[in-house]
Amino acid sequence: MPNAQPLELVCPAGNLPSLKTAIDHGADSVYIGFRDDTNARHFPGLNFDAKTAAQGVQYAHAKGRRVFVALNTFPQPSGWERWQRAVDQAADLGVDAVIAADISVLDYARRQHPNLPLHLSVQGSATNYEAIRFYHEQFGIRRVVLPRVLSLSQVKHVLENSPVALEVFGFGGLCIMVEGRCLLSSYVTGESPNMCGVCSPAKAVRWEETPCGLETRLGGLLIDRYAPGEPAGYPTLCKGRFMVNDQTYYAIEEPTSLNTLELLPDLQAMGIAAIKIEGRQRSPAYVTQVTKVWRAAIDACARNPAAYAPKPEWLKELGKVSEGQQTTLGAYHRTWQ
Amino acid sequence: MIEHQPKLALGPVLYYWPKEQLLDFYDRISAAPLDIIYLGETVCSKRHALNTADWLALAERLSTTGKEIILSTMALLEAESELKTLRRLCENGRFTVEANDMGAVRLLSERKTPFVLGTGINVYSDQTLRFLAGLGAKRWVMPVELSRQTLATIQAGRPEGVETEVFAYGRMPLAYSARCFTARYHNLPKDDCQYRCLDDPEGLTLSTREGQPFLTLNGIQTQSAQASNLLPELAELQELNVDVMRISPQAENTEAVIETFAACLRGEREPLEAARALNAALPYGACDGYWRGQAGLRQVADLG
Repeated sequence: MPNAQPLELVCPAGNLPSLKTAIDHGADSVYIGFRDDTNARHFPGLNFDAKTAAQGVQYAHAKGRRVFVALNTFPQPSGWERWQRAVDQAADLGVDAVIAADISVLDYARRQHPNLPLHLSVQGSATNYEAIRFYHEQFGIRRVVLPRVLSLSQVKHVLENSPVALEVFGFGGLCIMVEGRCLLSSYVTGESPNMCGVCSPAKAVRWEETPCGLETRLGGLLIDRYAPGEPAGYPTLCKGRFMVNDQTYYAIEEPTSLNTLELLPDLQAMGIAAIKIEGRQRSPAYVTQVTKVWRAAIDACARNPAAYAPKPEWLKELGKVSEGQQTTLGAYHRTWQ
Repeated sequence: MIEHQPKLALGPVLYYWPKEQLLDFYDRISAAPLDIIYLGETVCSKRHALNTADWLALAERLSTTGKEIILSTMALLEAESELKTLRRLCENGRFTVEANDMGAVRLLSERKTPFVLGTGINVYSDQTLRFLAGLGAKRWVMPVELSRQTLATIQAGRPEGVETEVFAYGRMPLAYSARCFTARYHNLPKDDCQYRCLDDPEGLTLSTREGQPFLTLNGIQTQSAQASNLLPELAELQELNVDVMRISPQAENTEAVIETFAACLRGEREPLEAARALNAALPYGACDGYWRGQAGLRQVADLG
């Protein structure tokens, strides 16, 4: 469903300071998670308890902004009550939407809290409009966050046939796999985004100085090895250098961030409802920087899309906080695929 | 008490094989001791050795053997042409369909026709299974990352009339991407991939820089390099009332694997000894970590 409103800027908040700075610098909405495995950024020291969540909602609502709660992992029977409680808690907080992926969570939310708006998380893996129609018919979802696998023309086609509004990722870490369908992390470490809300978890990581250089390991597996002076990155499983036959290369994906600043006029013209910034695990400084740039860009594009072009200083600012200091248009640009 | 006897299923071929090889494979397989055969392209819509009509004709031919034939559908649906193929399969009116995307679940439930939930559908709890059973799911394949403990709980709350299938043997599908990793390896863009996945009938093996193999690149799909082998767990699978054990086809040795599983089910071979023999033929060994609630690539059970 094409949207006629201005593009909504949806920013990540891993804690209260991030939430406040996102609101202060122009986020229309922020998304948060609770302090457990009910969300896909279940990292130590991150996320909101009952008190900070209430403060966050109050802060955002006082300024006329919105708060979404991500409950986007897949509960197993042993943890089911935790997800029920999390849905109830989100409803009690008066949040503006719950972002969920699992059928049982969506079903519970729909039955227990019929007035609580539901968004389908990127973890719901809806890459086509038939899947979107399924979630709309069964659970009345109002918005879908698209996985980062579609080209721009595919996004447009989905939008034209979707019964609900679309949110797309605009900036941040780049999942190259369809979210909700990637088990690489649990294959190596036992913990995955779907089950545990983590990918390549820090507790499975080892950094080692060796005669061959700095080595990064995940679950004991060598993910990458850096020559002296070469900048080293976090060993996210899909972003290491591996061997296939006699070639050693980034066999799956380079360490790089998604940046769609130059696509804004296209996204606006086709009627995308919201742009999502990735990075609840990042610092308040990251949130400030990225929110500022995207606010300015969205406003400039809304004022005069024909004259819009990303300003060099915006790209410079975003470059500083990008993984591996480089960015890509990802799947939106067909040749990347 | 009679032991619960699981049926044997052959999953869809996940690799790209030339037409002759595919037809030859299914000719041979038609005589194998299987109860169920899943057919169809589930990974990449560009693979066209068999088109939809060919798959349907093959299904018809194989159904004369008395085996249950199921049409499997794509896991990652993006283009309208892919939805068109999906609709055609869902409306075939003859064979049960395996859904690997919620789009397929929608089309099948709309037609009020019973369907199978493949490995591409995230069923992590009995709550989710009950909901989908209400829409017509008659069988579900457990996501490969779930453990036996989780399965035991789901089985306890399983809805009436729904069968449980477990991915019992083969390289496990672990991820799907917009990007084709086979084309990337060959330095080709996906739109001009030249069908290079034909070169590798069991995919490309990916290793760490220390030479430790751990993944298989199969076009846009990533699989494990190690093969899951749950044959040593046969008694437990029976105890858990698992209805179907799935063997995932490989280019080599698949008939021997089927024979071995069938012999164990008939009680003619001892599962541990039989599993050891199968594992000896695996280039990168076997794994059972997921089943044991650990990292999937581990082999936890000591097979001696």
